[in-house]
Amino acid sequence: MDRTTTEWNLSLNMRATLVALVLLVVGLGLWEGLNQVPSGGNTAEMTEYEKLMGGVEDTARVPPPSDVIERAWQELSNPFYDAGPNDKGIGIQLGYSLYRVLTGYLLAAAVAIPVGFLIGMSPLMYRALNPFIQVLKPISPLAWMPLALFIIRDSEASAIFVIFICSIWPMLINTAFGVAGVREDWVNVARTHELSPLKTAFKVILPAAAPTILTGMRISIGIAWLVIVAAEMLVGGTGIGYYVWNEWNNLDLTSVIFSILMIGVVGMLLDMCLATVSRLVTYEE
Amino acid sequence: MSQHFVQVQQASKRFPQGRGQDDLTVFENVNFNLEKGEFVCIIGHSGCGKSTILNALAGLDQFTDGGLIMEGHEVTGPGLERGVVFQNYSLLPWLTALENVKFGVRARWKEWPPAQVDEHSRDYLSMVGLDDVIDRKPSQLSGGMRQRVSIARTFATKPKLLLLDEPFGALDALTRGVIQDELIKIWGRDRQTVFMITHDVDEAILLADRILLMTNGPEARIAEAVEIDLPRPRSRAEVVKHPHYYRIRNYLIDFLVNRSSTLRTADIDGRGLSYPQSINPARADADSPTPDEGDPANHKLVNFTPKETHHG
Ligand SMILES: Nc1ncnc2c1ncn2[C@@H]1O[C@H](COP(=O)(O)OP(=O)(O)OP(=O)(O)O)[C@@H](O)[C@H]1O
Ligand SMILES: [Mg+2]
Repeated sequence: MDRTTTEWNLSLNMRATLVALVLLVVGLGLWEGLNQVPSGGNTAEMTEYEKLMGGVEDTARVPPPSDVIERAWQELSNPFYDAGPNDKGIGIQLGYSLYRVLTGYLLAAAVAIPVGFLIGMSPLMYRALNPFIQVLKPISPLAWMPLALFIIRDSEASAIFVIFICSIWPMLINTAFGVAGVREDWVNVARTHELSPLKTAFKVILPAAAPTILTGMRISIGIAWLVIVAAEMLVGGTGIGYYVWNEWNNLDLTSVIFSILMIGVVGMLLDMCLATVSRLVTYEE
Repeated sequence: MSQHFVQVQQASKRFPQGRGQDDLTVFENVNFNLEKGEFVCIIGHSGCGKSTILNALAGLDQFTDGGLIMEGHEVTGPGLERGVVFQNYSLLPWLTALENVKFGVRARWKEWPPAQVDEHSRDYLSMVGLDDVIDRKPSQLSGGMRQRVSIARTFATKPKLLLLDEPFGALDALTRGVIQDELIKIWGRDRQTVFMITHDVDEAILLADRILLMTNGPEARIAEAVEIDLPRPRSRAEVVKHPHYYRIRNYLIDFLVNRSSTLRTADIDGRGLSYPQSINPARADADSPTPDEGDPANHKLVNFTPKETHHG
């Protein structure tokens, strides 16, 4: 019986992979086919601008996947080159973004998890802090940007602050929720064993609430990665968001598409990391 | 003067009701003592407040009124000298069976080196027959196995007073029997004082030296204390053959079926600070218990002023 289910799962997986591959090929094929440079045009007579835009057409032409793959190959074979402020490798740009995201995110975790603990353990603190959370939570992180720039007077730190402020809420709320929801039986086990409050927090409440906390952390990293692109478009200078915007200004759509894909890939990797941690702390009741 | 191991005097539990209503009195005027090394079971209908009493003994809950003294000290909170086996096992699901037991042992003897903690924990797990599954998480254990882990965790800390809240309530009869035998074995080793809630009359007779009988709530009381003087060590197979077994059993069933609801609280309260009547169904005629066979001298109230109980 067990065997049949695994066999069935396997074939389901294989079929899913097959369908995904077909979809990929068809999608790329359509994309490629619909975006060819019209043949028969007289390339010699094109103006410089028309060449740049890929031909004299009424509709804009998106670079075909073959171009994007070629660009990806170029960029990824030398991701860390640095040729001046406006010409850095994709690896460097992603590195800047990751650095900001992780700094802001870890700072947020350092604040949100202890405060969440406090709120979850103490009904008083929950009631006292709840109105603030309710008001601050729905504010778009980018709305903080002007204020941050004004107060901090540093674009780098402001970007980190924006990441901090956007990733704090899911972690805070999930930690509080997880801590408040720890089964009373488990707390009673700690009490009957005369565990100190600190030990109770680390040996019982933290492991019990860990899955919920990690769900919050996973939501947060997702949001942070979404926000960093927008934030860097605003602040400029470095980072993948700035890179996208810069390539758009250069009208290099191939690079824009390539970097969009890279944003997706890195976001997925970040999520996978946290999913792995999350699996480690998950328990079955 | 006689100093009991645990003394519960004039205990009551009330819950505030809605506005304008009197408080709900779950039980009141509850008095009993536990002697050292005694195995006491408490039986009563659902909702009469057994768990509340046990949790108060554990220090996890408080009586609304009344006193609770253990070895001359008032109990104010939970402590390692009192071990609790919860009905729902309360194992920590992220730890393996062995780690769960070690959790207790480490809390009890903080100065022990890891090897000693490990050995002691394995020892108690093997005593409940769990050598093979000690590295499994609770979710991978059957209900019976979980309850054994929970028993091992509690007994391994060698508490002076063991509190068991329907430890076998969720188990099937066969498993229950096996674990009862293990409980007898493990208890026979250290002879701690045990206070146990059960709904199973046979279980109570098998295990207890004394069975406290509670009347129905609200306003429940502990009406009687039935002495079980069947010879030890007892086993499930042998104890039922004893000539007094069914006499005791019938007495208990009769109490639960008929008298627990009809016993008038006023009768029990009539004697002020009233300790449950000691009954020995095997000796006395089961239908006419001799009142107050227990030694009234022991029942002098020393630490508390008796309160008038109010009704209505
Ligand atoms: N917060 C509360 N407010 C009002 N009544 C309560 C509250 N908590 C418990 N009770 C009442 O206290 C009574 C005693 O509860 P307890 O759990 O001690 O009963 P029990 O004898 O252990 O029952 P069971 O055999 O079903 O476990 C119950 O009737 C219950 O309704
Ligand atoms: Mg109960």
